[in-house]
Amino acid sequence: MQFALMIYETPEQFSKRRNGPDDPYIAAWRSYFTAMVEAGIHVGGDPLEVPETATTVRLQDGHRRLQDGPFADTKEQLAGFIILELPSIDVALDWAARCPAAAGGAVEARPLSPESKQRITT
Amino acid sequence: MSSDGRNEIDRTIERVARESYGRLIAYLSAHTRDLASAEDALSEALVAALNTWQRDGVPHSPEAWLLTVARRSLFNVMRHKKVVAANESALLTLNESRFDPDGSSPFPDERLKLLFVCAHPAIDPAMHTPLMLQAVLGLDAARIAPAFLVSPSTMSQRLVRAKTKINYGGIPFRVPEERELPERLNTVLEGIYAAYGIGWDDLMGIDHRGKDLAEEALWLARVLLALMPEEPEVRGLLALMLHCEARRKARRDSDGRYVPLSEQDPQLWSQAHLQEAEQHLTAAAKALRPGRFQLEAAIQSVHAERAHSGQTEWPAIVFFYEQLLRISPTLGTRTGHAAAVAEASGPAAALQLLDAIEPKAVTTYQPYWAVRAHLLQRLGKAEDAQHAFERAIGLSEDPAVRNFLLEKLR
Repeated sequence: MQFALMIYETPEQFSKRRNGPDDPYIAAWRSYFTAMVEAGIHVGGDPLEVPETATTVRLQDGHRRLQDGPFADTKEQLAGFIILELPSIDVALDWAARCPAAAGGAVEARPLSPESKQRITT
Repeated sequence: MSSDGRNEIDRTIERVARESYGRLIAYLSAHTRDLASAEDALSEALVAALNTWQRDGVPHSPEAWLLTVARRSLFNVMRHKKVVAANESALLTLNESRFDPDGSSPFPDERLKLLFVCAHPAIDPAMHTPLMLQAVLGLDAARIAPAFLVSPSTMSQRLVRAKTKINYGGIPFRVPEERELPERLNTVLEGIYAAYGIGWDDLMGIDHRGKDLAEEALWLARVLLALMPEEPEVRGLLALMLHCEARRKARRDSDGRYVPLSEQDPQLWSQAHLQEAEQHLTAAAKALRPGRFQLEAAIQSVHAERAHSGQTEWPAIVFFYEQLLRISPTLGTRTGHAAAVAEASGPAAALQLLDAIEPKAVTTYQPYWAVRAHLLQRLGKAEDAQHAFERAIGLSEDPAVRNFLLEKLR
């Protein structure tokens, strides 16, 4: 079954993104990605731009309400997602714990919902 | 009552609960096989104790008092569950068992049976350790769950399921017979070791899954040793954990950086732990029945010798690993063996040992990649070493270990 790891980073972790390949955080991420790909479990995923680039849209009484910034105003912000093909949530949590963002930030693991997808795609 | 007196009673209850919890649960459940009801009954008794003792003072024998109240509560619970018919004789035995509530005469210690029940082969092996922690030490699901990387509610459900199996699955409350004892004892020892959460101590940046339950694991091992003082493997396990425990302070430098075993300052090793470990290992050896845990403790004992001799006897470590491979050829043992061979005979021989391991078995096994990376580096194969380091880093959970390996990569 497939799981999504949702990566939440702190402002400090976001700020390391522009650093070069020798930055330990960047290097740890590269190794983490390699380990997932070579374990044959990586399905997809991508990092997101920094939260300052986000715009949140709501429709209230037929009017667009735009919020300059991300949906939730929290210290850790959604920074990216990874889709993995794994036998169980236990294994997904192992991979979540290995994620470089988990030390300081947070990683949420959740199964994808193929049933819901089927209901809206067929 | 003054707040001092209240605190005093809280502390007494806490102490009695800590010391007697497993003994009371074991005694109550050995007669009914109903672990969950025994736990409910004892927690009711503990609440009652909090109220009554504050009013009337602590009874002469707190443990006996708790047993009397818990037994009454258990009787009510089981009557409520309408399971009395099936358990009637058991409950009568429990009710009639001779003991003087005002005296200090102890009831039989059934904890050994309880430990064997928790680690019964019919129970999911992943639940052996959580069951022991809960039944013998009274840890709740919320405390146990993080160590096993599951949510408290999931752990709670799994514990309930396991207890239902104990209750209805025909798992006997007894100490295994002699012919099945070695194997059954081994599952109990494995369960305790899993709570400790550390494999062999490392040389090269091995990721330990620190479970934060070391104290509890040592406690369980001491309980087991008190119940089975003649079993050398119990002493072996205790010695192994004490050796690991002795190095606790030496594993990180003042900046929190990871320090591999070979670079640890022996002055920082706890002499008290090391001495106790050696005493158990010596006592175990007298039985002339070596086993997995004695051999693993012996390996750590050779490492500890460096505190006196200033060097490590690698051929002795290789020898113990070879013995270990015969009885327990796990991935951990094979990787540790290769790491020791690298020191005794050079990296090329060690790499051959790693190459003999099925590649599929090691895709997510961090220690293999950490050792492999160091061997390739020593052999001057920079590109292959870099790749292996990346695998090891990507599989590391402990940020200190990850940083240690990242520095080697540069």
